[in-house]
Amino acid sequence: MLSSTAKNLYWMGRYLQRAKSTARLIEATQRMALQSRGEEAAGAAAIFGMEDEFRQSQRQGGRLASLIDFLVIDENNPSSIVNSIGAARRNAREERNNITVDVWESLNALWLELSGRLRGNRATLDRGALIESVKKQAVMIFGAAQVTLLRDEANSFLQLGSFLERADNTGRILDVKFHLLRPDGNPSAEGLDYFAWSELLACVGAVRTYRRIYRSSLQPMKIAELMMLRRDVPRSVHHCLWQVDLNMRELAEAYGMHGEADRLAGELHARLRYARIDQVFEVGLAKFLGTLRGDISTLSDEIGRQFLLD
Amino acid sequence: MAAKAFDEMNSGADGAVRMPYRGVADWLARTSPERIAATRHEVDLFYRRHGITFGAYGATDGHEATIPFDIIPRVIAWDEWQYMQKGLAQRVKALNAFLADAYGKREICRAGVIPEEQLLLNAEFVAMAQGLELPGGVHAHIAGIDLVRVGEKDFYVLEDNVRTPSGVSYVLENREVMMRLAPELFSAMSVLPVADYTEELLATLRSVSFSDDVEPNVVLLTPGHYNSAYFEHAFLADEMGIELVKGSDLFVDESRVFMRTPRGPQRVDVIYRRVDDAFLDPLAMRPDSFLGVAGLLGALRAGRVNIVNALGNGVADDKSTYMYVPEMIRFYLSEEPILQNVPTWRCDRADDYKYVLEHLSEIVVKEIHGAGGKGMLVGPTSSKAEIEEFRMLLKARPDNYIAQPTLALSTCPTFVAQGVAPRHVDLRPFVLSGRKITIVPGGLTRVALKEGSLVVNSSQGGGTKDTWVLAPDTPAGE
Repeated sequence: MLSSTAKNLYWMGRYLQRAKSTARLIEATQRMALQSRGEEAAGAAAIFGMEDEFRQSQRQGGRLASLIDFLVIDENNPSSIVNSIGAARRNAREERNNITVDVWESLNALWLELSGRLRGNRATLDRGALIESVKKQAVMIFGAAQVTLLRDEANSFLQLGSFLERADNTGRILDVKFHLLRPDGNPSAEGLDYFAWSELLACVGAVRTYRRIYRSSLQPMKIAELMMLRRDVPRSVHHCLWQVDLNMRELAEAYGMHGEADRLAGELHARLRYARIDQVFEVGLAKFLGTLRGDISTLSDEIGRQFLLD
Repeated sequence: MAAKAFDEMNSGADGAVRMPYRGVADWLARTSPERIAATRHEVDLFYRRHGITFGAYGATDGHEATIPFDIIPRVIAWDEWQYMQKGLAQRVKALNAFLADAYGKREICRAGVIPEEQLLLNAEFVAMAQGLELPGGVHAHIAGIDLVRVGEKDFYVLEDNVRTPSGVSYVLENREVMMRLAPELFSAMSVLPVADYTEELLATLRSVSFSDDVEPNVVLLTPGHYNSAYFEHAFLADEMGIELVKGSDLFVDESRVFMRTPRGPQRVDVIYRRVDDAFLDPLAMRPDSFLGVAGLLGALRAGRVNIVNALGNGVADDKSTYMYVPEMIRFYLSEEPILQNVPTWRCDRADDYKYVLEHLSEIVVKEIHGAGGKGMLVGPTSSKAEIEEFRMLLKARPDNYIAQPTLALSTCPTFVAQGVAPRHVDLRPFVLSGRKITIVPGGLTRVALKEGSLVVNSSQGGGTKDTWVLAPDTPAGE
């Protein structure tokens, strides 16, 4: 397999996951806005590290509506849903002979649907339906990959990209939203805005999951534990880094090549696996997540270096 | 229009159906037009679903066109094929000998058979390819020879393609489609298979490695997915199980070529390139090329990597060299040419030029370096205005054109909007030359779908047909 193939599959996984996470985040933010009157728009923009870009591109009218456009259809936002799907499709197109017809066709169908919707009048564009399609179809595409792709190196790179992106997304959402809700970083202070905290869980689709696991009222510390440390929650940082580590180990073994990338993946996995949530808060959640996200970004660079993707 | 064309199905003695077409004629008589129309619709769906497309440059994302496929096969009897096969092998052998000579001692020029300026002043001559000793002395490893038929026994070579001829993926896919959609017709006749083409291609490519490795690493170099033949590149790489690479996947280090893989650099021994000469190496050829690999020519000259087809093959297949091919056959092989050339006038010769200008409405004029059916005039089917417009072009640069009599290309029954009607066809068999010459039976039949049209190129509204060579002792149609 060529490095360019590995690179295309890695980025296809990342972009597709990014579009899916963004779609879910927008839905949660919208629901939140209906129930309270917080500074939702800027908060959501902060999750993408794009407060400045958002303010610059902010048009008149409803703040949330313009944020949604920025995140969904803005051509100038490289991480907008439409741009992410476009990028994933370009990666896939170059690797038509390295992915299955099912994966290609489901991704291409989504892209064709989005471009069809965008060709119409922007004023009457149904954003909700578009977001819904992206969520649904992304699940279909990953599902098609799951059941049809040969479990070879190409598949490992696709998995690597999608889990690394997801770990980063969850870490980012937790970091930003927790800080907005508890600027002092204290998880056990009095008074809890139920809607705001359940929205945080909704960003990773885990409201019911929380109930099943803890069978208790919402508590910031448990929410943080669920999103970060629970291996059985498929969007938790721990689960994602566990998968990253597994795929890295498979690649390193297949190639008989060990390096900084698989060492760091193992270290990150171990860090999440053996962390205790009370100790995390002793250090400070913001600090813990800040370091973690920095390390995830380093890992992405090291993957590029170790497997000649650059 | 010239005399009435030879119809491959109906031009038997006393207008009877010719032997090889008996099975097809029976099938057409038995099968209702509705069934044929339905089958045709299935074919379209099949081609779209499988993404077998031919996108012209600049086609927007996701809107690639497919080449129309006609479901009535073109049939060639065994003895006809044997004759063609011998002629093709002979011709390609001579072209290879010529290319080795052209970039070597140029004995054919010294013998006065071909003037040296025909080579050295040719825009396709690549000076840097001189003096190379290529494995097996082969330059044109994959050749597509365009043949036309004008009578029961009259075949002509219309042109030789020895640079990067394309179309073979259609030969293979068309056969797949026919077996799936018309199994009853297929099983009624004994058709020679073509599916081993990719196997033979890989064997040919491996046989011309400089290195002695048992399994030399062969890759297919494509300009990328914006190229109109990208589907074919991906298809062939897939079928051969080799990597489909772009220039950016390769690099040269100490005159060796490597491909970048997550395992680390892997050595490359043979490059089946589908990138034109000028773009192969920005250090040696066009510096603005992003499609090639810097240092590739150095690696070739050092005998570390073989490039297939070889560089500079354009001197052998342009339309002004074409007329010398029968002489090449006599010179290098001491044989008489089996396949005929179409008589050709060169517009840079005063007598020829005068004749051409006087007969524009009867003949075909072509650009010497033209391809894809563009830049040509088909006199008999052109309007007065078109002819006059072309006359201006011709007068501006006579040396840029050659002319040939209009041939009445044979016709084959073809499914068109009005039903089944005769349409003109040509044939491009693919000849593989490595340590031996291999030709899979058949080739790409291209058909001009417009009534009366003689231009079969896919970029000019041509379609394709499956080409059936019947096995030796088949009583056709039983």
